[in-house]
Amino acid sequence: MDAAQLDTIVERYPGATGRVLGVLEQVQRRAGYLPRDALEYLARKLAMPLSELYSIATFYSFFTLEALGEHVVTVCMGTACHVNGAPRIVERLERLLDVGAGETTGDGKFQLTTADHAFSLTSARCFGACSMAPVLRIDNRIFGYVTPDKIPAILRQFDWEGNHHRNY
Amino acid sequence: MGLATCGIAAGADRVYAALESAIRKQEHNIQLRRVGCIGYCREEPLVNIHLPGKPLVILHRVTEADTGRILHAAATGDVPRDLALCRINAWDPIVGDKLVFGTGFEDIPAYETTPYFAPQQKIVLRSAGLINPEDIDEYFAVGGYTALHKAITEMSPADVVHEVIISGLRGRGGAGFPTGLKWNFTKEEQSLRKYIICNADEGDPGAYMNRNEMESDPHMILEGMLIGAYAIGAREGVIYVRAEYPLAIERLTAAISQAQRHGLLGENIFGTDFSFSVTIAGGAGAFVCGEETALIASIEGQTGRPRPRPPFPAQKGLWGMPTNINNVETWSNIPVIIHRGGKWFSGIGVPENSGTKVFSLVGEVECVGLAEVPLGTSIRTLVFDIGNGGLRGKAIKAVQTGGPSGGCIPASLFDTPLDYAHLTEVGSIMGSGGVVVMGTETSMVDTARFFIGFTDEESCGKCVPCREGLKHMLMILDKILAGRASVADIEILEELSGLIRKTSLCGLGQTAPNPVLTTLRYFRNEYEALVERSRSS
Repeated sequence: MDAAQLDTIVERYPGATGRVLGVLEQVQRRAGYLPRDALEYLARKLAMPLSELYSIATFYSFFTLEALGEHVVTVCMGTACHVNGAPRIVERLERLLDVGAGETTGDGKFQLTTADHAFSLTSARCFGACSMAPVLRIDNRIFGYVTPDKIPAILRQFDWEGNHHRNY
Repeated sequence: MGLATCGIAAGADRVYAALESAIRKQEHNIQLRRVGCIGYCREEPLVNIHLPGKPLVILHRVTEADTGRILHAAATGDVPRDLALCRINAWDPIVGDKLVFGTGFEDIPAYETTPYFAPQQKIVLRSAGLINPEDIDEYFAVGGYTALHKAITEMSPADVVHEVIISGLRGRGGAGFPTGLKWNFTKEEQSLRKYIICNADEGDPGAYMNRNEMESDPHMILEGMLIGAYAIGAREGVIYVRAEYPLAIERLTAAISQAQRHGLLGENIFGTDFSFSVTIAGGAGAFVCGEETALIASIEGQTGRPRPRPPFPAQKGLWGMPTNINNVETWSNIPVIIHRGGKWFSGIGVPENSGTKVFSLVGEVECVGLAEVPLGTSIRTLVFDIGNGGLRGKAIKAVQTGGPSGGCIPASLFDTPLDYAHLTEVGSIMGSGGVVVMGTETSMVDTARFFIGFTDEESCGKCVPCREGLKHMLMILDKILAGRASVADIEILEELSGLIRKTSLCGLGQTAPNPVLTTLRYFRNEYEALVERSRSS
């Protein structure tokens, strides 16, 4: 993102209330992550130490410091999803996308990107779409009542061809 | 057409588009409107159809393929019976005049006799799924902003606080502190600037009522905040919404600009010297920001770490000024209390627990959705009468209430009333109202591990008991689940739980052990079976 784009975002927050998180949220949404040069620019612009912005960026789960894949697959890890089989959804996604075998076990946070940067697999605390558990989101679309067997068909809607594994 | 997040994910946007293009093509004299969600999530997508003089009929599980015959039936004054869920002849929006839709269609079940709706009493969700949340005129049509008018033109700030005190309303975000008393703390502070905050960072996994309240009736929340601001003496308000709720943010933003255009936000509201403005601040995914001091830090652009209290936010809150924070659902109750009076409100529910609560009934239950019932309603009524029991007839083992701060309540205690004191007595809490139903196959030790994994991840790391203690609890739970633990480990787990509860800085740590303590209390045999297994292997 260039300086002009960042300036436009900052201008949308004239008051101090909610400004820092609001600006970072807009950058995350547009760029898909918080690029280091954007944070450096914002630190000067907002008159904050870069270390403080880094602290905020790593504290809140909405922000990422690494570029995500073209499509972001987010699996909801809320209670209703857990009870209705979210761990099995993650397992299947790991295999289909060939990312981080085993790294996602447990309920911790994870963020894994395919070698060709087509997909990132990540988790969320809860989408608040519990009635359709288990739920996953790809980019801005929410898919409810997911079963492991439905996943390939869902992924194909996002140009998944089953070969996003490591480039040899 | 019901168009909240759940409905859209179930295909409501496609049905809406199909209806829209068919209506345009065939020049039907039919108006298509967007509404929020009436809460029967399992039956989405929902379409309400109203023909002149007839009851409002709710159609359920509507697909694009159904749109042709829905419109054809409507053109001939009828509705497709196989899609009809129930009919509403008249509706009481509580604040405004009664809405009379009409009579007829008697073969369609009445709303009042539909098992999912019959035990419910809609106060917060009084207009959800019936009005267009993006149109302030529809909010006016159900008496919107009349309570605000009454408050600022006929009542003194002290009268308003008094009314809220006698209503007995308690905070709907978790702790259940009496709202009127809380308002009074900030009201009594002498300061040139004061703030009020609406906490919409709905963080409990399994709870989504606040999302629906914002998506279905955003003006109700603004009106509640306006009345509160008048009572407390605040000129500025902030709605702190989590970034995961883009539709809620969109609808609140639209509602704010409509209210500004109508002079309901801004300077000299209703020609009085009362002025008020609202800003939306985005949360960025940190569970601990539900805690008031952490939430304030987050709005100020810092990491959301709690600080010791006192001073309480009522004395030193946002930007160091006196600040009152209430949950979305607490604010939603205010217009009704002012319109109907605190005494009327206190007659709903049970003593010390007046009013209703919206519960999100999810997990392994047949009829998932949002259900609003008077406080004091039993868990059994919620799970079996409204929820129709276990998913596909499965037996139910327990419900988990109150999110990561709550506990698991076994089926044998389902006569427990859903109120603050009784839920605490059985080891859980009301929390924000998430109720996750668990079938007999769900492992309670795994459930406890799920929650400790969650709170361990979300711990802000400031105080030692929470940061280190939860990590150790997690290690012990993993050991138990892996079949490598001994009886002594269960004892250490219990001891650690007590320690973390007593010594953590904020509510996150103080309540985090609850899922372990309640599962140990009611399902100790499951822990022991796992320990037994490790001994024999």
